[in-house]
Amino acid sequence: MSKRNALYDFKWCPGCGDFGVKVAIEQALAKRAVEKQESIEKTVIIAGIGCSGNLVHLQEGPQPFALHGIHGRALPIAYGVKGPRPDLNVLTVGGDGDMLSIGAEHIGPQARRNLNITTIVMDNGIYGLTKGQASPTTNVDVVTSTTRYGKLDDKLNPLMAYLGLGVGYVVSELSSRVKPLGEAIKDAMDYPGFSVVHVQSPCTTYNDTYALLKGDEKKGIEPLAFPIPDTHDVTSVHAAMDLVKGPRIPIGLVYRREGESVPADVRLRDAKVRTKVEQKSVDALLREMVI
Amino acid sequence: MSSKNLVVRFAGEGGQGVVGGADLMASAAATGGYHVLTFSTFPSQIKGGPAWGQARVSSEPILTPGDWLDVLVAQNQYAYDTNLPDLREGGIVVYNSEEFEVTGNSRAYGIAADKMAREAGNPLASTIILIGAVAQMASIDLGAIEAFIVKRWSRGRASDKQIIDGNIAALRMGAEEGKKSGLAVTPLDPPPTHGEPRVMIRGFEAACLGAMAAGLDTFIGYPISPATTMLTFMEQNLVGVDKFVGQSSSEIESIAALVGSGFAGRKVMTSTAGPGLSLMGEGLGLAWMAEIPLVVVDVQRGGPATGLPTKTEQSDLYAAINPGHGDMSIPVIAPGNPEEAFWAAGHAVNWAERYQGPVILLSEASIAERAQDIAIPDASKVKQEYRTVSDGKVGNRRYAGDGVTPFPVPGGPGAYVANGSEHDEEGDTTHLPGIHVQMTDRRFAKLKVLEDGTFEAERTSASVALLPWGGSKGSALAAWRELTAEGVDLGWYYTMFLNPMPPALLEALKAKRLVLVPELNYLGQLASRLRSMGVNAQAITQYTGLPFKEADLKSAIREQMGALVK
Repeated sequence: MSKRNALYDFKWCPGCGDFGVKVAIEQALAKRAVEKQESIEKTVIIAGIGCSGNLVHLQEGPQPFALHGIHGRALPIAYGVKGPRPDLNVLTVGGDGDMLSIGAEHIGPQARRNLNITTIVMDNGIYGLTKGQASPTTNVDVVTSTTRYGKLDDKLNPLMAYLGLGVGYVVSELSSRVKPLGEAIKDAMDYPGFSVVHVQSPCTTYNDTYALLKGDEKKGIEPLAFPIPDTHDVTSVHAAMDLVKGPRIPIGLVYRREGESVPADVRLRDAKVRTKVEQKSVDALLREMVI
Repeated sequence: MSSKNLVVRFAGEGGQGVVGGADLMASAAATGGYHVLTFSTFPSQIKGGPAWGQARVSSEPILTPGDWLDVLVAQNQYAYDTNLPDLREGGIVVYNSEEFEVTGNSRAYGIAADKMAREAGNPLASTIILIGAVAQMASIDLGAIEAFIVKRWSRGRASDKQIIDGNIAALRMGAEEGKKSGLAVTPLDPPPTHGEPRVMIRGFEAACLGAMAAGLDTFIGYPISPATTMLTFMEQNLVGVDKFVGQSSSEIESIAALVGSGFAGRKVMTSTAGPGLSLMGEGLGLAWMAEIPLVVVDVQRGGPATGLPTKTEQSDLYAAINPGHGDMSIPVIAPGNPEEAFWAAGHAVNWAERYQGPVILLSEASIAERAQDIAIPDASKVKQEYRTVSDGKVGNRRYAGDGVTPFPVPGGPGAYVANGSEHDEEGDTTHLPGIHVQMTDRRFAKLKVLEDGTFEAERTSASVALLPWGGSKGSALAAWRELTAEGVDLGWYYTMFLNPMPPALLEALKAKRLVLVPELNYLGQLASRLRSMGVNAQAITQYTGLPFKEADLKSAIREQMGALVK
């Protein structure tokens, strides 16, 4: 139950990775508000549907604006907010089902628009809210309520997908690393174009991957997650693709495009200046139609 | 003897300029002072397929494209064969003699317009040659058309004079052909005199300008026939500082983006057609639930699925009022002609702001594409309503109370969660039965503030009434005028405001013995809705992809009234 609203009747399971993401976002927003000297009301968080989407009701401390919409559509909603209101800080939150299944069609268009929007994907490899169905990031052969013979479809490599679709700023993080995650979210918001922060956020009820991600040195189990080496060239998309090809999951800044990346709103603003376009009044437009 | 009307149809296949021919004819006649109205129908392809454009020219205000043709310009055999039945007795056929020959018709005359244009070194002028011939045959003053040509092609370019001279020469060549034919229709009356400036406007332009007059600042759309024209018009004209126009990647994106923009405090609109409206169902539900002002223009076309993408129909009324799942009732305004489209679009923007929710402007292919001369609308008479913005006094209790409440705009005070899930006053999700009741009642109660719609009412004492909607208004009004002149006691009611309907109109209709509703769909969508509200309504339906002819409506009305007497 939300600390600030006793009527709110949703809760995350104990140990849910989304708790870490929530705190990281709170930290990122607080730090950014101080740095930019602006009120938290300048920030909008758009949420999709799933356990992840409930994050907007659970935010503590100073409250940003939020929109808890419909399944899979956080990105186009964010487009509608940021396009005409570039003064607002826009974040979206969603899970792997919300963002990579029903909502996957919106990643490409958003990457091409390249508006300054930061998308946080909480990947738990399962549909949690609807109680344990396979998602695009569920491993092959895993038995779920919708994959009784084990998952038949290949697993999606989300980081590779973002790079392939042209996302200019890609981060891979763990929900358990709250402080670095908070910093990563803030850095992503500071990047002038579209950014994705992909977070491994385990579901303790249906797909608990904490142990896998962490590994076990004593038992000789290599952790699934590994820190991105300092030698990685974050500005090279080839290096980034090589880094994320799997099966292990790199943690840190994967890719930051530089140079050619001009957000669509900046292009629009420049084009208006270049073509000296002026808004004509309705009356003037009607006068042009006079017979 | 002279005639008040001239109806000319240019028929051929897509890409032959038949729609452009009708437009040019209408523009020229309008410049000469006549009233004009165009209608076109064509297949969904860039080139080819049967197409025609029709221009009605009149010395009086015009309600319909006209049932019967005075002149048919046929570009090929198929166009001749299929359109000949619409030619009135004494009408004339002008045909493309390079393409085919007409035999055994003394009222047909062949002109090789393309060849003549090529030989004159002005291959683009074949349509002007045909217009010259038609003008001659209908005794339209050539000087007025020449004036139009000068105006149309004076674009400040070096080539202007050459084009103008070439086109005037083509017009005169055509007129010579018209003389040679020895054929003529009843001469058209001279044009009327007008007191006020008039504009030649299409329905989609009028809708865009009406919305802009109401303060629209954001437009996001996805190309779809026959609604794309609004997106391109806005791309071109909604351009200044703080204006935003974008092309989305689907109608699902359009409606979601509109929700975002409306939430962010903007006055937003999109245009779409049936398939897009279907995809927007869930997003419209979100706007209804989260109480986000936005306007969706649905330019209706024919049929479900892809249906008839370029034809006209009125079959989206159910889908407009209830575009998605769950209890909702989306406000709908349906203009009946381009002039009404201007005011309806302004109302739609204002309604959305006033009740803080989605509104559908229900247009039609035939209205959006129709060009018509109207008195220049006074844009200063369009109201500019804006939602009451929250000053933060109630904190984040955005959904408190049982009516419209102040709207917190991001960047200002009152941060809350706009929520598409059922929610409490602060927008936090809750599933408590009492709250679902409270919030559902709140959302429906808000519609009360939209009950200010106006309506037309004539011969209100009659026990049987005619109530058309949308683009069927013109044919219905023409039919009603003729019937009443013939002594039929029939009431006339009309409103653009289909949901919520003006309460006084509904009361008047409930008192009628029978209300006849002409509508271009199979189901009789408005009639069945009226029946559910206690009106004895019967539909007169047509689903050909074409508008009603007044003659067809007249006989259908007589038939229904006759059945009542028995």
